Amino acid sequence: MSVTSTNNKETPELGRSLWDDAKDRLKANRAAVTSIVVLIFITILSIIGPMLAPHEYDAVYRDYVKVPASLEAYPRQDQIEPAFMSVAKRARLNVESYQVVDGKVEAEVTSRREIDERNTRRFDRSDIFENTQIINYSEDRKSATVTADVQYMHFYFGTDANGRDMLTRTLIAGRVSLTIGLLATLVAISIGVIYGTVSGYFGGKVDLIMMRVVDILYSLPFIFFVIMLVVFFGRNFVLMFIAVGAVEWLDMARIVRGQTLSIKRQEYVQAAEAMGVESGGILKRHIIPNTLGPVVVYMTLLVPKVILLESFLSFLGLGVQEPMTSWGVLISEGARNLQGAPWMLIFPSLFLTSTLFALNFIGDGLRDALDPKDR
Amino acid sequence: MSTVNENTVLEIENLKVDFETNTGTVNAVKGINIHVDKGETVAIVGESGSGKSQTMMAAMGLLASNGRTSGSVKYEGNNILGLSSRKLNKIRGAKITMIFQEPMTSLDPLYTIERQLCEPMVEHGEYTWASARKRAVELLELVGIPEPARKVKAYPYEMSGGQRQRVMIAMALANDPDILIADEPTTALDVTTQAQILDLMADLQKRLGMAVVFITHDLGIVERISDRVYVMRRGEVVEEGNTKEIFGNPQHEYTRMLLDAEPTGRKDLVPDTKPLVLDATDVRVEFETENGFLMPKHVLRAVNDISLKVREGQTLGIVGESGSGKSTLGRAVLQLLPSKGRVVYMGKDISGATRRAMRPLRKEMQLIFQDPFGSLSPRLTVGQIITEGLLVHEPHLSAAERDRYACQALEEVSMDPSMRNRYPHEFSGGQRQRIAIARTMVLKPKLVVLDEPTSALDRTIQKQVVELLRKFQDEHNLTYLFISHDLAVVRAMSDTVMVMKKGVVVEQGSAAEIFSNPQEAYTKELVEAAVLKHDEPVVA
Repeated sequence: MSVTSTNNKETPELGRSLWDDAKDRLKANRAAVTSIVVLIFITILSIIGPMLAPHEYDAVYRDYVKVPASLEAYPRQDQIEPAFMSVAKRARLNVESYQVVDGKVEAEVTSRREIDERNTRRFDRSDIFENTQIINYSEDRKSATVTADVQYMHFYFGTDANGRDMLTRTLIAGRVSLTIGLLATLVAISIGVIYGTVSGYFGGKVDLIMMRVVDILYSLPFIFFVIMLVVFFGRNFVLMFIAVGAVEWLDMARIVRGQTLSIKRQEYVQAAEAMGVESGGILKRHIIPNTLGPVVVYMTLLVPKVILLESFLSFLGLGVQEPMTSWGVLISEGARNLQGAPWMLIFPSLFLTSTLFALNFIGDGLRDALDPKDR
Repeated sequence: MSTVNENTVLEIENLKVDFETNTGTVNAVKGINIHVDKGETVAIVGESGSGKSQTMMAAMGLLASNGRTSGSVKYEGNNILGLSSRKLNKIRGAKITMIFQEPMTSLDPLYTIERQLCEPMVEHGEYTWASARKRAVELLELVGIPEPARKVKAYPYEMSGGQRQRVMIAMALANDPDILIADEPTTALDVTTQAQILDLMADLQKRLGMAVVFITHDLGIVERISDRVYVMRRGEVVEEGNTKEIFGNPQHEYTRMLLDAEPTGRKDLVPDTKPLVLDATDVRVEFETENGFLMPKHVLRAVNDISLKVREGQTLGIVGESGSGKSTLGRAVLQLLPSKGRVVYMGKDISGATRRAMRPLRKEMQLIFQDPFGSLSPRLTVGQIITEGLLVHEPHLSAAERDRYACQALEEVSMDPSMRNRYPHEFSGGQRQRIAIARTMVLKPKLVVLDEPTSALDRTIQKQVVELLRKFQDEHNLTYLFISHDLAVVRAMSDTVMVMKKGVVVEQGSAAEIFSNPQEAYTKELVEAAVLKHDEPVVA
């Protein structure tokens, strides 16, 4: 028997949750929206940038050590001749005449011995020349013409002390830094939220013991702790930063516990208790969703904190290992070369600071959006 | 009816207040005219959201930053609306002063009463610190605080709510104001304290000859102290006139509705043959406060050996002031708080039962709270809130069935079921209380503890909620424990009434007896202070 649907089954109106309201308020916040756009832009650059970049992040160009950032291609006109001369000298060739035409070097060389074909390799091995050929041998093979294409390359961000392209390295470092930031933050938040709500909700002895554990962990010297973790986990960077997250959850646990203490006295929690809802249900449906506001805000502040922490660890040599790199590593290298090669510091710091700025503005915007009474 | 004349000290003309919000402009006050003469008491009455407070806030230049005003507010003939705060400060706090609803938060906890009283006096330049201190003691004496010389050195936390409100009044009187604006000054206080404060204000006005503007939603107060009344609704003055005229012969239907809003009707008595639902003996609840390491613990006995019996279909009203232990008692019998004594529910001893043991009974024993804003989880939809109990007690129900139950429950509390996917913050106080009731009733309980279910609501909505609770009681033969400080509602709802003070029962008996013929002094005081309507209105 088919039953016609009763009138109370009409499609219910959709309500606007507090999250929807918060989203609207966030959209109205210009600084936050700009920051989100910037952050997305940097993230996309970091993900696909290294694939599109013309150089590998670990490719070493010995002829281009610490070249300044430039939109023009390398080598410069005045670099070609000295480079050619120095290769020729190493090959014991005397350069009689030398000219550059259309990115092609043509030089007549002589030597006291016979000129070996394999000398082209000496030229090709240099980062400046390619397709070197030795033609027009004289009869005694003691003089010939060397032709070589000049290999033009772009280093928009310059190169580092090992002659590696800073553009690619900055982008690949972005991957590492952002991943670390997110990964460690997620770990910290999951542990912190669960630990904090359980401790705050159950209260009494449970709370006492759980919070004393937090106090003890707080009192451990951080570096000592990280060194211990490196010993146990080895230098795997993913494991490493899960471990960092496992240290950073302490603040989160305290924040969430404080929230929980006030939320559990709310009447809706008491109402749920009076209805006989089990502790798990109360935590899941009532307490955790209501702590999420401050958690989200704290998260946006924790990501930059972790990124900075990683820089610090890498600086000490406990973090990411060469040739892999992160913004922190690049900046510490840049700082050491500040006098001769400021571009090594400027570009990674530009990326790092704009990311941190963006995250802080988003955090600010979120706080305003989630708690409009605070303004 | 009085008109603007040479005695007029405050004249509000065509005042409009608008608030710019994200969702558009809200017209809080829509062009009203109010005037106050020297030495008279004017009451502005209205329900929440009627714009009565915003009118006075606008006059005092205290609006929130998104508020816009137009019209004029004349103090002694000079327009003070939109004056810079520097110029306004010469009048505000000296000639026109204000007291607010919350005595708990309007004093700074870090400074002594003396400091807080003296500061504005010295700031307005009429006193030196030494003379201000002398004046502070005089003021405290004036507002009837015992031992003023000692109390003046006290910090706010050392005083009760009533005393703090007295201090606030003293502060307002410090510079001999012409007008005292009192914004719901007694709403947060107990009835007996409320009566004392009203007496004090009436007395002060007589002695000092200032005009008083009284903003309130409570018509009992209005009738008692005011000369003239303005009735406001949705930003407009719907009626104005002498208090006697308005109360004797209200013209506007809204005024009539307000006057008529006290819950009426009495409960039919339940025969003694009905089975006992709840039988509690010597219930005692104690709270321990730590006094520090190695110090003896301080024990606060919130409920002291109270026994009660409730039969099926009966309503027991529990009356008392804040701190009397009535809410604690309600939670203790539901085993939501650790307690001593014996509690028998439907012949089953549940005293000291564990959470697990209580769980199956929770379906039958329910609790409804006072604050409809705090008792609904803000991140769940109304449908989820209503059906949460079903998740626990009827776990076999499918989501669709639960949804149907939610619709049914919403219909029973006269709400549109299509609202079930909305969130609590989208509803008004009265609607939220209906949702809270729906959440309880969907479980088909037998015993419901109602903890001040109507106290946070406007009178007209109170009446509807009382009707709704009655309907459920009749239909499902429910037993209520009705906890309230509001005697009018208790009288309308209960069979028997229990009067509590400081954790003990002062008086107990049938509702009719307690209200018509109270025996104990405390009960008499309570009944008197509540200004209940008898066959004819009492004129104070």
